[in-house]
Amino acid sequence: MNRQAQAAVLFLTGGAILHAALTDLYLRYVKAGLQPLLVAAGVVLIATAAATIWYERRAAGTSGGDDIAAEAPARTGALARTGALAQVGTPADPHGQAHTDAAADDAEAHAHTHAHREPRISWLLVLPLLALILVAPPALGSYSAMRTGTALQKQPWGFADLPAGGTVRLNLVDYAGRAAYDHGRSLDHRHIKIAGLLALDRDGTPYLVRMALSCCAADAQPVKIGLTGRIPPVLRPDTWLEATGTYTAKQTKDPLNDGIIPFLHVTELKPVKAPRDPYDESWNG
Amino acid sequence: MTTTDTAPPRVEDAEPSEPRGWQFNSPLVLIMLLLVGIVLQGPIRGALSAPVMQSWMTVFVAVMVQALPFLVLGVLLSAVIAVFVPPSFFARALPGRPALAVPVAGMAGAVLPGCECASVPVAGALVRRGVTPAAALAFLLSAPAINPIVLTATAVAFPGKPQMVLARFVASLLVACTMGWLWQRLGRADWLRPPTRPASDGLGKGAAFWGSVRHDVMHAGGYLVVGAMAAATLKAVVPEEWLSLAADNPVVSVLALAVLAVLLSICSEADAFVAASLTQFSLTARLTFLVVGPMIDLKLFAMQTATFGREFALRFAPATFALAVLVSALVGAVLL
Repeated sequence: MNRQAQAAVLFLTGGAILHAALTDLYLRYVKAGLQPLLVAAGVVLIATAAATIWYERRAAGTSGGDDIAAEAPARTGALARTGALAQVGTPADPHGQAHTDAAADDAEAHAHTHAHREPRISWLLVLPLLALILVAPPALGSYSAMRTGTALQKQPWGFADLPAGGTVRLNLVDYAGRAAYDHGRSLDHRHIKIAGLLALDRDGTPYLVRMALSCCAADAQPVKIGLTGRIPPVLRPDTWLEATGTYTAKQTKDPLNDGIIPFLHVTELKPVKAPRDPYDESWNG
Repeated sequence: MTTTDTAPPRVEDAEPSEPRGWQFNSPLVLIMLLLVGIVLQGPIRGALSAPVMQSWMTVFVAVMVQALPFLVLGVLLSAVIAVFVPPSFFARALPGRPALAVPVAGMAGAVLPGCECASVPVAGALVRRGVTPAAALAFLLSAPAINPIVLTATAVAFPGKPQMVLARFVASLLVACTMGWLWQRLGRADWLRPPTRPASDGLGKGAAFWGSVRHDVMHAGGYLVVGAMAAATLKAVVPEEWLSLAADNPVVSVLALAVLAVLLSICSEADAFVAASLTQFSLTARLTFLVVGPMIDLKLFAMQTATFGREFALRFAPATFALAVLVSALVGAVLL
């Protein structure tokens, strides 16, 4: 890949990162807190692309005007480096690698105004670029959730009192924690509304899931609650639902890691819009 | 004078090792690739609509998006070190004896607030700037594991178990320093063979700085893609049930989580949360996960190859792995 192409890849990657960071696209992949860093990274990448083009043009301009004067320092530098590399490399490498390295280095320095030998591995950077620009894969859903054990953890600091009133809207992770570790003490006789992603296990038992995330989607882990009671006969996985129901003492163990999966006795289940941030980030504080 | 100097490169230039047509065409190839991608957008999306492929893509893109800012940070730091910090600075800042420089550099890792993607290019720049490789390697290993952000995340992920934070700090620092001293005793300079870099001699500071940034992003970024693909494959394809089988035996569980840390390639700022959720494993096994992960994983191995050369990575990575497992088991036995 020569420097023009590199500049193009840098520019496009920076642009794609900026676009993802300034829309809500990045929330599908990383935690919300990374936004400023992503913007900064995008700007740096674009600046690098611009600088590459600028120095490239300047180098081309000076060598066109005064060929020998502009290239002489680069070449003597290259010669010195060739010598050094050959000295270090020859005893270590019986395959003559040192020689080609030196030659390549030389060619690179010499060919400053012509083509540039750059590592082929850089071409791989086109893959995430295409994936982000063309496909923009969705946030992790029920497939990943049902392959990973529930990440419900006991909280050391106990649970705050719920607001008064008939119906209370709870975060799924919050409900799961209260139901599993507080024996639903604060939940009795309350109507509860919980939003989450629908997932079905092999037997068809429906679960409501939130993927909890601490840095990026590679470390996303599900928190699951089971649904019993009045469940519609046909359910599509990966739809966002809001379940209204009451606490039940029923529990089960996640076969994947023996984590506790509490249940909710459902009275109403209706589709809702997916939240802006598909992941639960309450762990990030 | 200049004519005699410039004659040999002209001869070498004609070497047929690199087909020239390919070089001139790379912008063209890039445009073709992007065009083909856009034209085939529909079929590509169709082929990728299976849940396995979707979650593969999501994890792949997520690892890249998450790692890029830290890679850029590390690359900028490394370019600053390479261009603006004179070598004499490090000669003054570090003790002259390598045996003492190793622990100092290891402790200095605590101040780089980032994850492992940032530490690789920085360590590379330190080596090129004349820092003893043993010290730079101790820095490389300790920086992602013992900085305050990572230790805070560990404390949050393991509430009520402050000994986990202490164990992580002690074990990581121990491994980093031991690897540094090992390198000083057994390492050979010719194993460290950084791949060729664009010559910055004779260029202005600005050109050298941006050239270094461009080269490192393109180079380490390419290797990062390899690591991200491997991590995505593991996450999307390998079922977690396999892990539960390993949890019962204490020795197997330590080894299993060490291997998992290598394969998963999670950012060191997040790995504590994953370790916390592996509840079926012993604390020592999870400590191994936290010590091995920031020091050696697939993405790091790829990036170390990019920065220090294959000869180096092939020796350094297995040694680090073995030592990290050993030290975590010992520290776990004492502290946990």
